[in-house]
Amino acid sequence: MSSNMASSSAGSGDSSAARKNSKRPKYSKFTQQELPACKPILTPGWVISTFLIVSVIFIPLGVISLFASQDVVEIVDRYDNDCIPAPARTNKVAFIQGAAPKSCNRTLTVTKRMKQPIYVYYQLENFYQNHRRYVKSRSDSQLRSPKFENQISACKPEDDAGGKPIVPCGLIAWSLFNDTYTLSRNNTPLAVNKKGIAWKSDKEHKFGNKVFPKNFQKGNLTGGATLNPDIPLSEQEDLIVWMRTAALPTFRKLYGKIETDLENGDTIQVTLQNNYNTYSFSGKKKLVLSTTSWLGGKNDFLGIAYLTVGGICFFLALAFTIMYLVKPRRLGDPSYLSWNRNPGGGR
Amino acid sequence: MAGERRHKGMRLSKLYSFKCLKPFSKEDHSQIGSRGYSRVVFCNDPDNPEALQLNYRGNYVSTTKYTAANFIPKSLFEQFRRVANIYFLVVAFVSFSPLAPYTAPSVLAPLLFVIGATMVKEGVEDLRRRRQDIEANNRRVLVLSKNGEFGETKWKNLRVGDLVKVHKDEYFPADLLLLSSSYEDGVCYVETMNLDGETNLKLKHALEITSVEESSIKNFRGGVIKCEDPNEHLYSFVGTLHYQGQQYPLSPQQMLLRDSKLRNTDLIVGVVVFTGHDTKVMQNATDPPSKRSKIERKMDKIIYILFSILIVIAFTGSVFFGIITRRDITDDGKKMRRWYLRPDKTTVFYEPRRAALASFFHFLTALMLYGYLIPISLYVSIEVVKVLQSIFINQDQEMYHEETDRPARARTSNLNEELGQVDTILSDKTGTLTCNSMEFVKCSISGTAYGRGMTEVELALRKQKGMSMRPQDDEIKANPTKSVKGFNFWDERIVDGQWINQPNAELIQKFFRVLAICHTAIPDVDGESGEISYEAESPDEAAFVIASRELGFEFFARSQTHISLHEIDHVSGEKVDRVYELLHVLEFSSSRKRMSVIVRNPENRLLLLSKGADSVMFERLAKHGRQFERETKEHIKRYAEAGLRTLVITYREVDEEEYRIWEEEFLNAKTLVTEDRDALIDAAADKIEKDLILLGSTAVEDKLQKGVPDCIEKLSQAGVKIWVLTGDKTETAINIGYACSLLREGMEKILITLDSPDIETLEKQGDKDAVAKASFQSIKKQLREGMSQTAAAATTDDSANENPEMFGLVIDGKSLTFALDKKLEKEFLELASRCGSVICCRSSPKQKALVTRLVKTGTGRTTLAIGDGANDVGMLQEADIGVGISGAEGMQAVMASDFAIAQFRFLERLLLVHGHWCYRRIAMMICYFFYKNLTFGFTLFWYEAYASFSGKPAYNDWYMSCYNVFFTSLPVIALGVFDQDNILFSWERILGWMLNGIISSMIIFFLTINTLASQAFRKDGQVVDYSVLGVTMYSCVVWTVNCQMAISINYFTWIQHCFIWGSIGVWYLFLVIYGSLPPTFSTTAYQVFVETSAPSPICWLTLVLVTFSALLPYFTYRAFQIKFRPMYHDIIVEQRRTERFESGTRTASAVSGELPVQVEFTLHHLKANLSRRDSWN
Repeated sequence: MSSNMASSSAGSGDSSAARKNSKRPKYSKFTQQELPACKPILTPGWVISTFLIVSVIFIPLGVISLFASQDVVEIVDRYDNDCIPAPARTNKVAFIQGAAPKSCNRTLTVTKRMKQPIYVYYQLENFYQNHRRYVKSRSDSQLRSPKFENQISACKPEDDAGGKPIVPCGLIAWSLFNDTYTLSRNNTPLAVNKKGIAWKSDKEHKFGNKVFPKNFQKGNLTGGATLNPDIPLSEQEDLIVWMRTAALPTFRKLYGKIETDLENGDTIQVTLQNNYNTYSFSGKKKLVLSTTSWLGGKNDFLGIAYLTVGGICFFLALAFTIMYLVKPRRLGDPSYLSWNRNPGGGR
Repeated sequence: MAGERRHKGMRLSKLYSFKCLKPFSKEDHSQIGSRGYSRVVFCNDPDNPEALQLNYRGNYVSTTKYTAANFIPKSLFEQFRRVANIYFLVVAFVSFSPLAPYTAPSVLAPLLFVIGATMVKEGVEDLRRRRQDIEANNRRVLVLSKNGEFGETKWKNLRVGDLVKVHKDEYFPADLLLLSSSYEDGVCYVETMNLDGETNLKLKHALEITSVEESSIKNFRGGVIKCEDPNEHLYSFVGTLHYQGQQYPLSPQQMLLRDSKLRNTDLIVGVVVFTGHDTKVMQNATDPPSKRSKIERKMDKIIYILFSILIVIAFTGSVFFGIITRRDITDDGKKMRRWYLRPDKTTVFYEPRRAALASFFHFLTALMLYGYLIPISLYVSIEVVKVLQSIFINQDQEMYHEETDRPARARTSNLNEELGQVDTILSDKTGTLTCNSMEFVKCSISGTAYGRGMTEVELALRKQKGMSMRPQDDEIKANPTKSVKGFNFWDERIVDGQWINQPNAELIQKFFRVLAICHTAIPDVDGESGEISYEAESPDEAAFVIASRELGFEFFARSQTHISLHEIDHVSGEKVDRVYELLHVLEFSSSRKRMSVIVRNPENRLLLLSKGADSVMFERLAKHGRQFERETKEHIKRYAEAGLRTLVITYREVDEEEYRIWEEEFLNAKTLVTEDRDALIDAAADKIEKDLILLGSTAVEDKLQKGVPDCIEKLSQAGVKIWVLTGDKTETAINIGYACSLLREGMEKILITLDSPDIETLEKQGDKDAVAKASFQSIKKQLREGMSQTAAAATTDDSANENPEMFGLVIDGKSLTFALDKKLEKEFLELASRCGSVICCRSSPKQKALVTRLVKTGTGRTTLAIGDGANDVGMLQEADIGVGISGAEGMQAVMASDFAIAQFRFLERLLLVHGHWCYRRIAMMICYFFYKNLTFGFTLFWYEAYASFSGKPAYNDWYMSCYNVFFTSLPVIALGVFDQDNILFSWERILGWMLNGIISSMIIFFLTINTLASQAFRKDGQVVDYSVLGVTMYSCVVWTVNCQMAISINYFTWIQHCFIWGSIGVWYLFLVIYGSLPPTFSTTAYQVFVETSAPSPICWLTLVLVTFSALLPYFTYRAFQIKFRPMYHDIIVEQRRTERFESGTRTASAVSGELPVQVEFTLHHLKANLSRRDSWN
């Protein structure tokens, strides 16, 4: 890129300065539109080297990302179907809404050593936490301070129970996820730490430590989990996690952390209470145990995307080089000008 | 003082005996009192109860668009003429309902900002106009008050019927009826430059009954004027004065029009007839229309396209939403699908049982949600850009005129980019192309050519032929030491009295005597310095008198019977006074094309001195007077080629006897009061103007403004057609046409005129219908002939096809009346468009406007009108762009114009540099706007697909409302203001950019949701939620659109850097600040950047990936395009680059050549553009 230091045509600035009250415009590079500027031109050299540089940066980045993703050990177990007793599978919704015991045992096998902390997630699919009605159905002020307990206008129809405001109100809180997992490894209980799974800012600023659940799940229809009315909302981390709504209909949410390493070949028994109704909308439920890398969880997409884009750029660089060698066009060749190209057009 | 003057200028009107003796034009005075002629003016009695009852408008004049009272409603109305703004208004109202996908303030704030900014801009512009009005309204004038004294008052306080006194060189404050003047016979001289651009003085003549001493005029009471209603005809007036029981017919002879100037007369007293907006000049000014540029109109179309897209995607979303919502509950209401939404207990907006209604409401919501497709800030950004562009125009030093101290002024900023699209320029002549001053440059005396100076045309021709710009050396030395206005003659053989040494000194003496005597100019001796200036009927004449003065024949006094000169005797070389007795003046007329005087010289010999056009003079030469005919003709031809106006100078001696006989006949003819009086006078004059002896010829330059031929040349190279509309005589107009290279050698001239014998005879018969019919037929025939002429040339000569400039069309005013007839205008336009240049002579202001309208509507191309006088106002307002020349005295044209420049030549820079840049910048800017809004809007749409089309935006409300205002608008403005070369505004481009936007949005959305899927996005195991995805995706959009700007920009100064990277910076700054506000306000944005996404490497990696990927398609496309189908500007840019590399040492010259390169480029560009447009039509 070249820098074009355009300067003024040597004007008669001095002579006019002498004149009193002259309306002569004052000279400045700005007003005369002569600011120094660089004018990028897509010369073949520039094009090719840009593509090359991009590919040179992107391909290693892709490799690194892929490695990071490969490092992560992830166990995913879909249980929504299996945890319904075979006879009840014809009408899953009836089963889940019924009173029959919903306990269910799952066995997971660790195929690769998992270093602590191991994160326990539940994954829901086809659950629209981003639905406009759903997202709006909460009262941030009520969550924050007992003073605003009555600010429930946005929460309908889960705003009050028998005229008394529900805390926390709204559809989000009402539909709180209520499956529970109890883990054991090789028949010894495996502690799942349910503290520290929420964002600090949520705990400190969005959910008040003086706000206690009231009238929760006391409406005519029970949604999801109930809350211990003696624990302030700021400590109800499951709720806090749940209320940080997901962006997409497939999402994971943190359930807890396992703070011991899991060895290759370990079997993990999960006793779960399959309470949450995803059957009516055919949503899948999955239990996920995962370690993290510096990039987070397991997802090859980023690495592959980097490799692809880097590859495309490399290919383009190659293509342009070949084209340039085969059919060069001189810079500024006037024969390409449109009025030179068709002889009838100009004079 | 006044009394003195009265004697000195005694009965001056006799000089004009020819004119004043003419009978009144036979206007139909019987109509007075009927409809259209109902105005009644009570002279000197404005407080008369009857006058009060009539309640005519005051003299207050307002040219503003708004008043204080109607500003708010009217400017709001103007605002909401724009489709997009209506949409936003509706959105703003709806945003208060629960339908809104986001909060009302976040919708209202940008709208208010946008509307407010535009209104402020409108207001400021109008305020400027208002100030000019105030200046005019508050000028002072002397009015006769009740106590019989003249007292000062402001113009705006004048009332109909007031008696006002106007002094020399003052403007008339309203249309006045002349009552008396400082001359005894009640004449006065008026300069109507502001009205019709003519600088010659016009004689006005008061009625005898009113022409009394100033002291007694105060007692002029009881007169009642009944006259026509206000109208726009400058040259007609019908009225009667009822005074002391008598009726006196009034004619335009008694009317002094507002904005004309009293000249050469100490003072006049007049009665106000028309005031303020009723005056002829204001009636001629049509309402200032709100002009909109073509791009703006096209933009509306694009907005419609965007609306269609908006409706389509909103409708698609609604259908899906309806279907999904419908399925949320079973018909019996027992089973709920998505129970967490409580479909059993919901509002109408989500009611599954009334899904159709819900989806209709959803449709409304979606219209708002995807409203980001419609760029709300586009209009305001364009306004800002245009204002800044106007500042650049105003600040351009190369359009500053040193002599008059006037910079260029963009009076409205609406039309900047239209300047780059001008197809036809309609130009006034006097004062626009010319300086409106005549200069005596050359003469040919007895076969010898004198005068060394070069005319501009000669210079231009030399330049064209590639001859050296340096004329003979002695010419350089020959610069006259003192410059005299109207005199640009230098020849060492003649000046400083040297002519007496010439062999033909006697003839030279005779020659200049003719110049000094044969005219109707009036000398005006400055009492103190003794310097003499002249008031002449035409600038030509002034130039002659000045020339003869400079060369030793100083005309210093005129009485009704005598002309006195200071002369140098060619024998003795001494200065002597000579007095010639003036016997007769044979007036100039366009049919006679000559003027003569008969004088008796001090030697008591009768002389006929005559000057005239060569076409009539050579045939009148005596046999023995043709001595130098061949040489003189040769010289005249050369002068004409040099663009000069020539006159042939002759004389003869008249026998006493012959004179006596002739005079008798002549006086007989003169005293006749019959129809054919003029013809008889002409015939009589003819009889004595014969057997003339040729002395030589003069050559006068109607000095073109500096650089006019050059400028016209460049403009016509750029494919711009130039029409000259002038009030001048045909010959003058053609001359000027040649002088400013509008007509060129080798160009075929098509002359359309009604000066044919048939029509003249018909006219004499007085049958108006027959005349009209014959004229119509004649014009039709001439147009057809012209057409076949051009068509023939096109078929026989292939090269003529390429050069439509081969033809020049000249048409006169009378013919124009018929050519503009509905039935003929198409043919006229067709013929005109086949000609490279068109000259319309003798055209009235209204005709100018009509021609402009015809061109504008007939071709659909952009027209630009340029003029300097009030007679051009109609034209300026009619054209797409009006450019006023601010050099001349009058401000009328400037006030009606959209741009004001001091000199015609600045038009080149205005059009080819500023217009061109403005156009490209705005075009690019609009394209980019659509790109960025589509990119943004479509990410919302894709997100909807993942949110069951519920209408939840992907981003926080305030991110969205700030998108257009803060994070992306400044770079666009930088682009619009500073970029120097850019692309066009064709539909392919616009759609291309739109497509690019949609592709970018897809890349951004799908890459983002797939990298930030359900897995943990940080080391601490946290997963992506709504807020993180929103922030990341939004960052990607901001980065992408700003970087897109960076790679599509051509001209990178620190301002661009600052705005582009600054905008991105502002986004992060906003994120931090907004995120630290209490969560009740910031909701999902609370701490989201600082705590959540910034520490996550994957967010940054996603950003890099997405930004590069989204830019890749455009970049690749451009690279391919430059490789295989380069646009001309790419090549030009490259050329400039390589040139600069090659000439690293001669940087200085390269720099100074900067502009021409750009201009050149612009020319090529315009040419290509035009040819492309043609091929589309």
